[in-house]
Amino acid sequence: MTELHHLGVAELAALLQSKQVSAVEVATRFLARLGGNPHNAFLDIDSEVTLAQARESDAKLANGTAGPLEGVPIAHKDVFVTKDLVTTAGSRILNGYRSPFDATVVARLRQAGMVTLGKLNCDEFAMGSANENSAYGAVSNPWNPAHVPGGSSGGSAAAVAARLTPAATGTDTGGSIRQPAAFCGITGIKPTYGRASRYGMVAYASSLDQAGPMARSAEDCALLLSAMCAPDLDRDSTSLDVAQENFSATLGHSLQGLRVGVPAEFFGDGLAADVRRAIEAALKQLQALGATLVPIGLPRTELSIPVYYIIAPAEASSNLSRFDGVKFGHRAADFADLNDMYKKTRAEGFGQEVKRRIMTGAYVLSHGYYDAYYLQAQKIRRMIADDFQSAFASCDVIAGPVAPTTAWKLGDKADDPVASYLADIFTLPASLAGLPCMSLPVGLGDGGLPVGLQLIGNYLQEAKLLNVAHQFQLATEHHTQQPGAAA
Amino acid sequence: MSLTTTDIARIANLARLELQAEESARMLDQINAFFDIVTQISRVDTSGVLPMAHPLDAMPTMPPIHLRLRPDVASEPNDREANQRSAPAVERGLFLVPKVIE
Repeated sequence: MTELHHLGVAELAALLQSKQVSAVEVATRFLARLGGNPHNAFLDIDSEVTLAQARESDAKLANGTAGPLEGVPIAHKDVFVTKDLVTTAGSRILNGYRSPFDATVVARLRQAGMVTLGKLNCDEFAMGSANENSAYGAVSNPWNPAHVPGGSSGGSAAAVAARLTPAATGTDTGGSIRQPAAFCGITGIKPTYGRASRYGMVAYASSLDQAGPMARSAEDCALLLSAMCAPDLDRDSTSLDVAQENFSATLGHSLQGLRVGVPAEFFGDGLAADVRRAIEAALKQLQALGATLVPIGLPRTELSIPVYYIIAPAEASSNLSRFDGVKFGHRAADFADLNDMYKKTRAEGFGQEVKRRIMTGAYVLSHGYYDAYYLQAQKIRRMIADDFQSAFASCDVIAGPVAPTTAWKLGDKADDPVASYLADIFTLPASLAGLPCMSLPVGLGDGGLPVGLQLIGNYLQEAKLLNVAHQFQLATEHHTQQPGAAA
Repeated sequence: MSLTTTDIARIANLARLELQAEESARMLDQINAFFDIVTQISRVDTSGVLPMAHPLDAMPTMPPIHLRLRPDVASEPNDREANQRSAPAVERGLFLVPKVIE
């Protein structure tokens, strides 16, 4: 039998349901791989908590009350609050924080039977594209440890790629699931805004934040997404009132006649040659599977950068005002008065990128600048959303690169925030519109670093995206490739 | 348009962030570099376009969503101890803050 850590979610679930392996055996195998914290992917591990859940799962498997994913391990990005493990969101200000409750997504996955392996490193408050903004150190890319894993769900992507966990949760505000999935050669999906509950997700930019699964295949992502998403109307005011869906049901549909929109703006001069080659080959593969390529336009792609980096920091500056050293988290030791306590606490607790975004956000919302920046950005946001609706008149899904390049070297953009923002160009438009979108591996670029294909669907079309990705993965083997470090 | 040191000091105060001099100078350069790419938004003609605050607002197939409120009934148990577990300073079930009224 293949070693347990090489198996995906569907395979492990089958072995567990047929009692060929126990949840405790699976958990023990994965916990053993976490020693020394490879790639600095994890922020909290508590084997007692994990094994207790695994024993509970074994009892359910024995008495016939098992959930569909009973005993399959998962690790959670550290922006999901957890009762039994520390939650820091990658920030010093939440060092040692223990939540009184589990996030809805965490609770739902446990309900489906999944066993928590630990909490995963990420950019502080999910702000970053390289996982270098974590207060607990950078994460390295399993394909080449001198390179970044992407961000902000960098720990999630690295852990799945290195076979430290078969699955992870991520969150995506401007590309934070898709870009690290692309950089680490795994599969990840951000559902339609409102599909997954945001209850218990440490808020960054509330009109953009969305949870999603990261795993090794579209088939696994479909199982995870089906368990994660359901209405949470009493706890999340933006939770969509649409019935829970089985995203695995339509994976087998043929791609014959599928219209794939290819936006010209995603293939400009900024696109690296190795990424272009891999993406074009993937598009040819989709054609071979029966799809037709349709040229489309998303004319405001470039504008999505300033629009996103106005709106997200504006929302962040408001959301992060809760970190004041009173109810939870760090408090400065010496201060003159209450105001001074706030200022010193926040100065000590927040990292540079978080401070920059809070400052930018406070500025664009401040008196005299609100109309010119924040309101103007919100208007262009609607134009970007409308552009997608025009595009979907002639296609069923949109395909293009996730990022202009493969993973860059650690430190390369660390001192140049704008360079890092510009690299988000292809993931921001779908985020601003709130559309479902995913990344799947389509081969290796120069230096053996993975390239990700982005698929974008219309609202609530997650099943279509997963169907396209699954059919692609049935016909290709890119998603089965693994970094040398994973053996 | 460029921000000045005075702007940085004003915003830092609004955002309740204490910045060291060297940190302020770096922040000024980096935020100005960002505003260089922001200028393009002012050239976009947005007359007649409604601001979009929320993706649900753009979904053609969804009924318009208003801020949803749950029924005003007590649903959560009183769990003060768990809620205060990570507070920096607590006494007799109360959060402690520096004196604000003389």
